[in-house]
Amino acid sequence: MNSVNSKWNAILVPVLAVILGMLVGALVMLAMGFNPIRGYELVFQGIFGNAYYLGETLRAVTPLIFAGLAVAFAFRTGLFNIGVEGQFIVGQLAAAWVGISWNLPPVIHAIVAVLVAMVAAGLYAGLAGWLKAKLGVHEVITTIMLNYVALFSSNYVIRTFLKGQSEGTEDIQPSASLTSDFFSSIFDGARLNWGLIIALLFTLLMYWLLWKTTVGYELRSVGFNPHASEYAGMNVSKNIVLSMVISGMLAGAGGAVETLGVYGYMVISAGFTGIGFDGIAVALIGANNPFGVVLGALLFGGFSFGADNMQRVEGIPTESIQIVISMVIYFVAASAIIYRLLGVFRRRRREEVQS
Amino acid sequence: MNVADMLITILNGSIIFATPLILAALGGVFSERSGVINIALEGLMVIGAFAAAVVTIWTGETLGVPGWLAPWLGMLAAMVAGILFSLPHAIASINFNANQVVSGVALNFLAAGFALFLVKKLFEGAGQTTTVQNVFTKIAIPGLHEIPIIGPGIFNLYGISYVALILVGVSYYVLYKTPFGLRLRAVGEHPRAADTLGVNVRRMRYMAVMISGALAGMGGSALSVAISSNFQHATVSGHGFMALAAMIFGKWHPVGAMGAALFFGFATALSVSGQVLGLTAYVPSEFLNMLPYLLTILALAGVVGRAEAPHSLGKSYENGSR
Repeated sequence: MNSVNSKWNAILVPVLAVILGMLVGALVMLAMGFNPIRGYELVFQGIFGNAYYLGETLRAVTPLIFAGLAVAFAFRTGLFNIGVEGQFIVGQLAAAWVGISWNLPPVIHAIVAVLVAMVAAGLYAGLAGWLKAKLGVHEVITTIMLNYVALFSSNYVIRTFLKGQSEGTEDIQPSASLTSDFFSSIFDGARLNWGLIIALLFTLLMYWLLWKTTVGYELRSVGFNPHASEYAGMNVSKNIVLSMVISGMLAGAGGAVETLGVYGYMVISAGFTGIGFDGIAVALIGANNPFGVVLGALLFGGFSFGADNMQRVEGIPTESIQIVISMVIYFVAASAIIYRLLGVFRRRRREEVQS
Repeated sequence: MNVADMLITILNGSIIFATPLILAALGGVFSERSGVINIALEGLMVIGAFAAAVVTIWTGETLGVPGWLAPWLGMLAAMVAGILFSLPHAIASINFNANQVVSGVALNFLAAGFALFLVKKLFEGAGQTTTVQNVFTKIAIPGLHEIPIIGPGIFNLYGISYVALILVGVSYYVLYKTPFGLRLRAVGEHPRAADTLGVNVRRMRYMAVMISGALAGMGGSALSVAISSNFQHATVSGHGFMALAAMIFGKWHPVGAMGAALFFGFATALSVSGQVLGLTAYVPSEFLNMLPYLLTILALAGVVGRAEAPHSLGKSYENGSR
C-alpha cells in the first residue's frame, strides 16, 4: 500500500505543484486586473497555436535541457555548479571559433565543433573542480566568478579575433551548421535543429553513466556521503574534478548547439544569456533526474516561450509566468506542503467513508 | 588627476561599491549561522531595491516628504519588503523540511518576476521605474573629512554606507556577545543540543531568516537609491550572489564578510577608475571588467584556506528529534 502510495506521489506531487503554481499566478493576474483564463489561453496558444510556435518552443527548450542536465549532474555529486552560464558561453565561443576558422567536411565539421566546445567548457568547469578538490575553495564562489570571466573574455576574443560585420562574429561555415531543413519544414520555418536530438541523446547517456557504470556509482556515492566514499577507497578529489568536467561538457554542448544550430554566429553581449541560471531551475523541477530534466525543460521553456504571446496580445506582463514557474519550484521544494494538503484531503475522505 | 585624487577616488569607491554587498552578506551570515541556507539573497536584494525605489519616489515626489528623508523611508520599506519575502523561504525551510537551495532559487525567480511585474503595472508598461530624484547624498563627517586622503576617502560616504559599517559591529556584538547570538549560532551548529537546553530552534531560525531578509533588502536599497537611481531588471544583476560569495569568503563571520565585500568593492573601484583614467588605451576594457572576479578567485586560491560552514547548515529540525 505504501509503495503504491509513494509511486503515486512521485507523479502527483509535481502535477499538483504545477496546478498550485498556476493558481497562485492566476491570483496575481487577477489582483492586477488581468483575466487569468484569457492569459493562460494565450500562453497555450503561444506554445501549441501553430506548427511554427511549437517548433520555436522546442527550439527554446533545447538549450534548457543541456543546462539542466549540467546542473543536475553536478548536484548528483554534491556540487552546486552555478557556473553553467559561463560554461555555456565558453561552449558557444569554442563552437563559433571551430565553425568559422576550421575547414572540415560537412557533418564531421559540426561534430568536431561540438566536441571542441565540450572539451573547452569541460576544462573551464574542471578549473573550479580542481580549486575545490586541491585548495578547498567553495565551488559556488568560483563558478559565480568564472561566469563573469567567461562573459568578458569571450567578448574580448570576439572583438579582437573573430569580429565580423556587426557586433558579433562572422557566420560559421555551412559545413558546421546544425540547422535542420527537415525540422524546419515540419515546423513551418521554426529554427528547431538537430540540437534537440543531441540533447535527448545526452539525456540517455547521463542516465547510463550515472546508474549503469562504476564511474557513475562512485560519482553518486561521493555526492551522497564523501566521508564514507573515501573510507571505501574512492578518490573523492578525482571524482569532484571529474564531475565538474562532465557537467561543464554538458553545458558546453548546449552552447555549441545554440551557436551552430540557431544563430550561426555569436554576438558581443553586455549581459548573460540567462540559460545557465534557468538550468538551475530546470534541474530542480526535474529532481536532478535526467528524464525529469527533460520534462522540467519542457515546462519551463514552454511556459516562458508562450508567455511572450500573452504579453503581445493582451499586454499581461511575461513576469506573471515567471511567478508561476517560481511557485512551481517552490512547491516542488516544499512538497511537504502538498503532502499535508493531500493528507487533510485523504483523512477527510476516510472520515466520510466511515460515517 | 594626481595620485592623491586617484587614491581618494579608489578608497571612496571601494566602500561605496561594497555597501550593498556588506549588508546582504551580513544577512547571509545571520541566516546561515542559524542553519538555514540563504541562496535567496539575490531575490531579497531585488525586492529591496524595488521597494526602496518605489517608496522613495512616492514619498519624495508625490507626498512631498523632505528630500533627505525620502531615501531613508525607501530603505525602511526595503527592509519590510525583505522581511516579508523571506517568510516563504523560512516557512518552507523551517516548517516543511524543504530543500533550502531549491526554495531559495524559487524565491529568486519569484522576487524578480514579482518586482518587474509590479514595475510594469505601476509605471504604465515601462521596464524600469522613473529616475529617483531624492537619492542618498554623500555626508561628510565634520572634522574627520578634512584629514588628507583618508578624510575625503573614508569620511565622505552615503548615509547608508555608514549604516552598513556600523551594522557590521552591531552584528558582531549580537552574534558573539549576547545570549541571543549564542542561541542563534547553537541552533546552526547543534540544534538538538540547543533544543535540550530549552532554546526554541524554530523560533530562532525564523528570526535569523527575517533578519537576513531585512539586511538583504537594505542592501538592495543601497543599489537603487544610492549607487544607481532607478530600479530595472539589471539593477541587482548578481550582487546577491556576490554577497553570498563574500559571506563564504569571510568564513560566515560579520567582520570577515565585510572584509571580503570591501575587497570586492576595491577591485570594482579599481576597474571603474581604470576606465575613467583611460587605462583602456593600454589594457582591453574587458580585462578591467574582469578584474574583481579574477582577483577574488586568486585571493581565495592563494590566501584563504578551507572555510567551514555551520555544522547543521541546510538541515531542518523536527522538535524533539534525535
